[in-house]
Amino acid sequence: MLKIENLRAEIDGQEIVKGLDLEVSKGEIHAIMGPNGSGKSTLANVLMGHPRYEVTGGSVMFQGEDVLELEPDERAKLGMFLAFQYPSEVPGVSVANFLRTAVNSVREEELSPMEMFRLIQEKMRVMQMDPKFAERYLNEGFSGGEKKRNEILQMLMLEPKLAIMDETDSGLDIDALQVVAKGVNELRGPEFSAVVITHYQRILRYIEPDHVHVMLDGRLVTSGGKELALDLEDKGYDWVRQEFGSAAQS
Amino acid sequence: MPEDRSIQELGLDEYKFGFHDPEEYFFKTPRKGIDPEIVAMISKHKNEPEWMLEYRLKALESFLSKPTPRWGGDLSELDFEEIYYYIRPMENQGRSWDDVPDDIKNTFERLGIPQAERESLAGVGAQYESEVVYHSLKEEWDKAGVVFMDMDSGLREHEDLVREYFGTIIPADDNKFSALNSAVWSGGSFVYVPPGVHIDIPLQAYFRINAENMGQFERTLIIADEGSYVHYIEGCTAPTYTTNSLHSAVVELIAKPNARIRYSTIQNWSHNTYNLVTKRAVAYENATVEWVDGNLGSKLTMKYPAVYLMGEGARGEILSVAYAGDGQHQDAGGKVVHAAPNTSSLITSKSISKGTGRSTYRGLLKVHEGAVNSKSRVECDALLLDENARTDTYPYIEIEEKKVNTEHEATVSKVGEDQLFYLMSRGLSEEEAMAMVVNGFIEPIAKELPLEYAIELNRLIQLEMEGSVG
Repeated sequence: MLKIENLRAEIDGQEIVKGLDLEVSKGEIHAIMGPNGSGKSTLANVLMGHPRYEVTGGSVMFQGEDVLELEPDERAKLGMFLAFQYPSEVPGVSVANFLRTAVNSVREEELSPMEMFRLIQEKMRVMQMDPKFAERYLNEGFSGGEKKRNEILQMLMLEPKLAIMDETDSGLDIDALQVVAKGVNELRGPEFSAVVITHYQRILRYIEPDHVHVMLDGRLVTSGGKELALDLEDKGYDWVRQEFGSAAQS
Repeated sequence: MPEDRSIQELGLDEYKFGFHDPEEYFFKTPRKGIDPEIVAMISKHKNEPEWMLEYRLKALESFLSKPTPRWGGDLSELDFEEIYYYIRPMENQGRSWDDVPDDIKNTFERLGIPQAERESLAGVGAQYESEVVYHSLKEEWDKAGVVFMDMDSGLREHEDLVREYFGTIIPADDNKFSALNSAVWSGGSFVYVPPGVHIDIPLQAYFRINAENMGQFERTLIIADEGSYVHYIEGCTAPTYTTNSLHSAVVELIAKPNARIRYSTIQNWSHNTYNLVTKRAVAYENATVEWVDGNLGSKLTMKYPAVYLMGEGARGEILSVAYAGDGQHQDAGGKVVHAAPNTSSLITSKSISKGTGRSTYRGLLKVHEGAVNSKSRVECDALLLDENARTDTYPYIEIEEKKVNTEHEATVSKVGEDQLFYLMSRGLSEEEAMAMVVNGFIEPIAKELPLEYAIELNRLIQLEMEGSVG
């Protein structure tokens, strides 16, 4: 469903992603772990098409389509979703208004106002959010936890085929983390894939990955099952650097 | 006269209401330009009392003696000799919709003024050309003694009231454009609300300029007597012509003790119109005046609604939003004068600039000595849609009293790459994302408008923004 081959990307002339390969099949959840500065967030933004990053090589196929030439909204309509690490504030636009517009943008047929209202209510219950939340302005004055919940709420509303989660766990307390994980597990099934990008293995206790990859200096240097995450927890990223650092440099 | 009946299919980002009907007039001043003869002719045609003619002539002298202002926007291409100063479209005012001529109805239809508005909204005074052509007032208001009519009728039917208040808030010689308006004014609204009467449904007037090269000089006077409440609302749009058009209104509001007036305007002038308006209100003891002001279109708008807080406990609020597209300059803001203790004011100004558009916030906050415990807050936010757009802020503050609390805050923001990327990643196109950011930006103003006007404001801004991306 997602096939990344030898992907290279840079920002302001500096190469951050340096020939990355990854294949995600339908229904799989992949975790990408790595220390700060390894290029994880850049990868997430490049996959969704952030205009500030320049792709200098390689390809990204999603459901057989080359997405690198597509605008972010076109990627969203194909079923890609990015849960942002730092979602932007949009003053004056309520969460409900935003959800309505977004859902109707990606759907082929618009929902009736009543269907939309019910859907928002339902998904907010899953995320244990106060209904009043829907009337607040998008991300304005939200706490870190509220922003992340709001990201997952959007994911539940849009029902993507592939979700990329950019450090969604960072800055969350354990309760919020569980709610976020619940949201992801809600969608889990044969038609839903996810790439969970994280610094810590903590979230992987609640969202169990099928595959774990370690990212270092712009590449995936090793991969394994969920036990790899536990190894990393024990040995730390210094171990990764010693073990794979020279390979990454070469 | 032009016979162009077709709706001009204009390109993107151009004025969408640029059609015009054939001009049929019972009266038109014989020539362009202004002099005592023209002014006397206007007055005579309206059968005005002698004092009004004198008032007009004196105002004309003042107009001719004052230089064109050199601050604010560029007025160098405005030629006063190229303008018709009075046109009257029909012999008599229509009292019912059936009396309104078909071509005028057509124009309203093209503007999309909903028919239902007439029924659900009580008083519709729609100004077409220099006169109000359609006017209705709910019976209960008549019974309550509320007066809502065009200014010419106001002068005929309520001469004493008009004579007492006309020009007292904005004297003819206040500035060059108030002088011009005082000399050649025509139409506008006259509203009087008796003591203690609350009008819950807004009074509405819809303005429109049609004749080429015609200035529109409407004159509005609203008097809210003690403890009364009125919301007056006005929306404007004008067709596109190649030569410059001038709109110069004068609006005076008087809020007596404990009264409250809210005056809402959305103006959408064609891109060659000079929109030079003087709006001023006085608020007496515990009275409240609110200006809600949306400025779209025009070549240049210079407009600074003012509130003079004359009585203890009075409150003034000015909310304004301006959109400056390519080649446009919106020079707008607000003015508040605290002249009594315990008065409060809030100025919120929002501007959006796009392309070569330029928006200016120009405001004055003045607190006189003795206006103790006055509170004031000024907030102006500018949003730039691209690199070339420009915004300036000129907040003048004069405080003569020590025991006051004033705050001023100004922000400039650009629609950010990250913000657009965020919205686009959820399926919105770049244009939709931009529109969403802009609509959110003006939301604090839009929510103060009745729903149909808020929708119209959003729709107009979206029309103006079409093609603004990429």
